[in-house]
Amino acid sequence: MQFVDEYRDAKVITRTAEEIRRLADPHRHYRLMEVCGGHTHAIYRFGLKDVLPPNIELVHGPGCPVCVLPMGRIDDGLTMAENPEVIFTAFGDMMRVPGTKGSPLEYKARGTDVRIVYSPADALKLAQKNPDRHVMFFAIGFETTAPSTALTLKAAKAMGVRNFSVFSNHVTIIPAIRAILDSPDMRIDAFIGPGHVSTVIGCRPYEWIARNEGKPIVVSGFEPLDLLQSILMLLRQLGQGEAKVENQYQRVVPWEGNRAALRAMAEVFELRPYFEWRGMGFISQSALRLRESYAEWDAERRFSIPGVRVTDPKAAQCGEVLKGVLKPVQCKLFGKECTPERPVGALMVSSEGSCAAYYNYEHRKSGVGVGAA
Amino acid sequence: MCLAIPGKILEVTSTPESIGLVDVAGVRRRVNLGLIEEEKAVPGDWVLIHVGFALSKISAQAAEEQMRMLRVLGEDAAAMQEVEGYGVTEEGQPPGQRETG
Repeated sequence: MQFVDEYRDAKVITRTAEEIRRLADPHRHYRLMEVCGGHTHAIYRFGLKDVLPPNIELVHGPGCPVCVLPMGRIDDGLTMAENPEVIFTAFGDMMRVPGTKGSPLEYKARGTDVRIVYSPADALKLAQKNPDRHVMFFAIGFETTAPSTALTLKAAKAMGVRNFSVFSNHVTIIPAIRAILDSPDMRIDAFIGPGHVSTVIGCRPYEWIARNEGKPIVVSGFEPLDLLQSILMLLRQLGQGEAKVENQYQRVVPWEGNRAALRAMAEVFELRPYFEWRGMGFISQSALRLRESYAEWDAERRFSIPGVRVTDPKAAQCGEVLKGVLKPVQCKLFGKECTPERPVGALMVSSEGSCAAYYNYEHRKSGVGVGAA
Repeated sequence: MCLAIPGKILEVTSTPESIGLVDVAGVRRRVNLGLIEEEKAVPGDWVLIHVGFALSKISAQAAEEQMRMLRVLGEDAAAMQEVEGYGVTEEGQPPGQRETG
C-alpha cells in the first residue's frame, strides 16, 4: 500500500488488514459502497484495494456534488450568468464542469463575469461591494455545505442585501442511498457512511438502512486506518448476520449531528418534490430549494431559466459509473476522449469523482493504454 | 470539496454574526462561527472549517490528525488555497494576502 510510511500507525494498519483477510469468508463476494467522494479519493490515493482480499469489492457511491449535478442545471446557471447585470460566483470545483456550451471557465474566457469564491459568505460580500450588479451564487453540495449557504442567506436577509441570490443545487444524501437500494441492478451488502456530512446530520438518519433494509453502515473517517477499521466493522456485522449503524469517526462526528446547522437549513430551505441526479434520474425529495420567505434571494424565482433537460454525451457512461454498475475504466471514453485535462463528464473533473481518482492513481500508475485495470 | 480544514481560534467577535479569527497552518482568516453557536467556542479552541464556516469543535489531537490526513491525501495545498481565498472578493487581488488580525 502506498503512503504507509507517512502514516504513524503502519503496524496497526497491517494488523487491521490481516484481521480483514481472516474475517472475510472466501466463499462470499462482498460489495461495500463508500457513499462519499472524499472516501473514493482516499481509497485510490492510498491504494487500499491492494491490501484487501479480492472478494471485497469497493463500489463508489454518488457522494460527489459536482458529479451528480445534471448538465441542464449547469446550463441554467450559465444562462443567468450571460445577463450583463450578473456576477456568477461558484466554488472552484464547479469551474471546469462542462455545460452544453462550455464550462464556467470557458464562459469566463469568452467575457462572462464568472468568479471563484471559497465561501458563500464571500459571494455575499461581493454583492455588498458591487451594489450596481447582481451577484448570483451557484450553490452545490450535500448537508456539509448547505448550512453555510443557509446562514449566508439569513445574513443577506437580515442586512437587506437585495442584489444577491442563490441558485440552489443542494442535495441530500439519504434519498440517494434509498435510490441505490431501490435500484434493481444494484446489489450492495453494506455501506461506508460519509464523514463530514454526518458531522451535520449525525448518525440517526441512517438507522432505517440497518433496520428496514438489513444493511450495515459504518460512518468513517478518511485516513487509511479509518477506512480499514470501518471495513472490518462492516465485516464483523455481516459475519454475525447483524445490521446496525456504527460510528467509527467519533472524534469528529457526534451521534446527534449539529443542531444549529440543521436548524439553519430548516429555516431557509425546503425539500423539492423531486430533483434530477446525473445518471440516477429523478429522485423524490432529494434536493433543497429556498423557502417562500426567501423568494427574493432565490435565483430560480428572480431569473427566468430555461430548465431544460440535457442528456449527457451519448458515448459517456457517467450514469452507470455513478451508480457503481460500471467501473470507470469500462466506460468507452475513459482515458481517450475523457481525461482530467479534457473532461467530458463531471466524474473526470472533481478529485472526488471516481473517474478522476481512478485515472490519477490507477491508470497513470499502470502506465499502459486504456483497459489496463 | 467535502474535506474540512482544522484551525485554531485566536479571537471571537460578534458583529452581529459570530466571527472567529482562526489560524490555519500560519494563515489567519476570519470564519463564521454561527454553526457552532451552541458549542460556545473561545480562543484556543480548535474547529473544523468548511467553505468559510466552522462546522464543529474538535480536540487539538483530532485537529492535528485532520491536518496530517489532508497532507497524506495530497489535499493540503488545495486546503491552504481555500483558506487563503477566504475574504478575497475582488478580481486580481493576490491570493495569500495575510490578515494580521
